[in-house]
Amino acid sequence: MIRVVLPAHLRTLARVNGEVRLEVNGPVTRRSVLDALEARYPMLRGTIRDYVTQERRAFLRFFACEQDLSHELVDTPLPDPVATGAEPFLIVGAMAGG
Amino acid sequence: MGDGRKDWRKSIMSGIRLLVGTRKGGFVMTADATRKKWDISGPHFAGWEIYHIKGSPADPDRLYASQSSGWFGQVIQRSNDGGKTWDTVGNKFVYDGVPGTHQWYDGTPHPWEFKRVWHLEPSLTDPDTVYAGVEDAALFRSTDRGTTWEELPGLRGHGSGPHWAPGAGGMCLHTILLDPGNPQRIFVAISAAGAFRTDDGGKTWRPINQGLKSEGIPDPNAEVGHCVHRIAMHPSRPGVLFMQKHWDVMRSNDAGDRWEEVSGNLPTDFGFPIDVHRHEPETIYVVPITSDSLHFPPEGKLRVYRSRTGGCEWEPLTQGLPQRDCYVNVLRDAMSVDSLDPCGIYFGTTGGQVYASADAGDSWAPVVRDLPPVLSIEAQTLA
Repeated sequence: MIRVVLPAHLRTLARVNGEVRLEVNGPVTRRSVLDALEARYPMLRGTIRDYVTQERRAFLRFFACEQDLSHELVDTPLPDPVATGAEPFLIVGAMAGG
Repeated sequence: MGDGRKDWRKSIMSGIRLLVGTRKGGFVMTADATRKKWDISGPHFAGWEIYHIKGSPADPDRLYASQSSGWFGQVIQRSNDGGKTWDTVGNKFVYDGVPGTHQWYDGTPHPWEFKRVWHLEPSLTDPDTVYAGVEDAALFRSTDRGTTWEELPGLRGHGSGPHWAPGAGGMCLHTILLDPGNPQRIFVAISAAGAFRTDDGGKTWRPINQGLKSEGIPDPNAEVGHCVHRIAMHPSRPGVLFMQKHWDVMRSNDAGDRWEEVSGNLPTDFGFPIDVHRHEPETIYVVPITSDSLHFPPEGKLRVYRSRTGGCEWEPLTQGLPQRDCYVNVLRDAMSVDSLDPCGIYFGTTGGQVYASADAGDSWAPVVRDLPPVLSIEAQTLA
């Protein structure tokens, strides 16, 4: 079970409260987690990564286990505590703007 | 009407619904036919920019909303119950083929990049069909209630596309006018490329900018490059178009083939919205703004100007509007008319006020004063 924390606006869009819990088959990577997230919550497609390039949207970052994972390759395995569900995978909006 | 034109007046109407998009959410405002007391619901999609909400003329309870954010990109919402509940629908706007380039601000080629939907225009006859005008400028269409979107590539593929350039607000397709008498004819306007028309349902397009004279464009016959802010038409006479350009208020009597200036005695002919009285095709409205560098009303007086002669002769409408210390703007999609009799007219400001007139502009009253900056207003007349 993978735990994902969404920013507030995406929780509203997905109509969820608190953490999202996902089953991910195979290696737990950023790509596989986001694939599973978007499969369960299709309304999130395009809001975290670009439809065409699949790149992270510029004002979002990914954190886990007190590390910024935003610049890791998308198929790099996420830390074990994320894969085991001990720690959440955090999708964080940039703290800027109005 | 004895001349065979459709009478757009409706004798039995129960009320008005205003669909208001703002920088921080959408609002739905309703009133009975007196248009004096308003109920306001919202913010819907709080915290998101709502560029536009519009209802289907064929099914007024079918609404489409453009929701966007610098963080999370574009979302499209659809309501089937007049805005009480909403469902997220398709937001995949992908340009047809290789996107190519347009001009950047410095004149260099810049790749076409989707940013947001500025304007949604539901079909006049089919609630499941809706057009989307987007930034970077292109026209998309959905025929499945907003679930999927396809570009009409003939517009962007027009030979002038590589020469289009953004205005200060971005290179947006902000106006879509569907001809009620000819389903093959559509007009669009793009800042800062100009106006375009299709006569074959969107397959091919041609610029309709002859007669526009734009400061900074030395060629008076320039095919594109004009910063058109808004175009309006009366549904009974779709060949007559009215335009608020960056500077200049313009009129065309031949579906855009040729334009003439009708700014007349306006205190300034810079502005953003323009609209047409629902029952008087020669009565038009603009909101003069001081200049392209001073986006507020002249002298701090918020005045709507009305022409009953299709332009050239204008009268200020001030009753109920602030006549001192007012420094708001009225954006291009933030004016709308209803089809009651007398005609109602509405506009919203960047200061968060929504003003309504139930007597064709003779007098005004605020519906609400303290919204976020208003991006768009659409008035629905409910049976």
